[in-house]
Amino acid sequence: MSTTLATPPQAAATAVQDRDARLLAISRGESIPTETHPSIANQAPVVEVENFNLWYGQKQALYNISMLIPKHKVTALIGPSGCGKSTLLRSVNRLNDLLSTVRIEGNMRLNGDPIYHTSVDVIELRKRMGMVFQKPNPFPMSIYENVVYALRIDGERNRAVLDEVCERSLRGAALWDEVKDRLKESALGMSGGQQQRLCIARAIAAEPEVLLLDEPCSALDPIATGKIEDLIQELRGSYSVLIVTHNMQQASRTSDFTAFMYLGRLIEYGPTQDIFTKPLLNETEDYVTGRFG
Amino acid sequence: MTKHIFRQIDALKQQILDVGTLVEESISRAISALINRDSALAQRIIGDDDVIDHMEVEVEEECLKILALYQPVAADLRFVVAALKINNDLERMGDLAKNIAKRAVWLGKRDPIDLPIDFRQMAMQVQNMVKQSLDAFVTASPAIARQVRAEDDEVDECRSRIRDQIMKLIELRPERTEYLLKLNSVSKHLERLADMATNVAEDVIYMVEGEIVRHRSNDE
Repeated sequence: MSTTLATPPQAAATAVQDRDARLLAISRGESIPTETHPSIANQAPVVEVENFNLWYGQKQALYNISMLIPKHKVTALIGPSGCGKSTLLRSVNRLNDLLSTVRIEGNMRLNGDPIYHTSVDVIELRKRMGMVFQKPNPFPMSIYENVVYALRIDGERNRAVLDEVCERSLRGAALWDEVKDRLKESALGMSGGQQQRLCIARAIAAEPEVLLLDEPCSALDPIATGKIEDLIQELRGSYSVLIVTHNMQQASRTSDFTAFMYLGRLIEYGPTQDIFTKPLLNETEDYVTGRFG
Repeated sequence: MTKHIFRQIDALKQQILDVGTLVEESISRAISALINRDSALAQRIIGDDDVIDHMEVEVEEECLKILALYQPVAADLRFVVAALKINNDLERMGDLAKNIAKRAVWLGKRDPIDLPIDFRQMAMQVQNMVKQSLDAFVTASPAIARQVRAEDDEVDECRSRIRDQIMKLIELRPERTEYLLKLNSVSKHLERLADMATNVAEDVIYMVEGEIVRHRSNDE
């Protein structure tokens, strides 16, 4: 018996034709238009991506990506390994600049300001964004110093300000109650889940305009993952979050919007509820239901 | 893991079809028992309803298991949700067939009266709707499902004509009021069966297209 239960024969024929046409275009190395759900256009953007292309040497990794990342919402990037979701995330704070072979075309804007422009001071730009990586990377210093690090290097000396930011950020990262009595202890003595929440606290201490999370739970157990996911829910409304995740349930649980990428193209982008209940494209449907990818 | 969910979903589909087949048979036999005044057949239908009830519980448990273990999304999620609701409607259809059979037992013990009322046309149309709604499910066809929705209005009209005729007959033959009221309830049960078939059709449209079309006309 067929496992494509819910597609009527006639509609299936048309959809497959479209999908075949898209896959053929991809195999020829062309970019394809993104199926962006109309409700995205109503969102105020924090980051705008316009016709963005990226090459690693000769190999093109991103093809003509255009999307707006809504302000104060959680947006998830999903897709099979190698589809370009981490590359796209790292392009937002220009981490890819550190690789000499990378070449880009197109534009990105952070709250209206160009991200890729010769006049942009990359260090200043990165201060406006927070980033959390797959593996927790606390600095080898105390919990307190980890959180206030960004303020310290920015020259902040006022103890009261530092204390206030430390407490607010640790509370924001749902870590305060667990560590308030050992702020002077080394961050390296914390559990993996705590370390990752510390990294989030460190990232939000500088009040970033966008928080970039690159598979923040992939090295954590289910309990620690649950805490980070709760935290992402808490951050919604106050912070704009862009998260790359391999875990589709995590995308569906934590995000407001989901973008599905495949082979360097942004295939479909819409409200998470729609992507996981009634996606518009067969490729998205096949990926989220585990039929391909 | 993903292959497991596909197998489970195929098995669930087969289970729904098994319940659907039993319910279809039950309805057909109940109508036949009514028309042919066959009390023995009607009694068997009443007894067989337990089998449908039992299967309904099994299907529901299967749906819950798939939801809990595999957290399906998109088409798979819509399929399991539709299966849960269709399962419920099928069980209700089984109950309605049983109710018709009970009326058939009662009516079969009384003297018939010559009536200008013909249940056959309504019964045939309802049976056809039930069959089509299950066909729509099997073939995942919103076109067939929309046809079922359109037919429901015709059955409603038929039911209201029969009720008017019965009311007039009660005035003419008040001594047969109870008999006539039982007939009226048969037509009501048939009309409810058509409603249930319409529910199934609407669930099929949701399953395929992801749109909830209840409380909306076919044109909207």
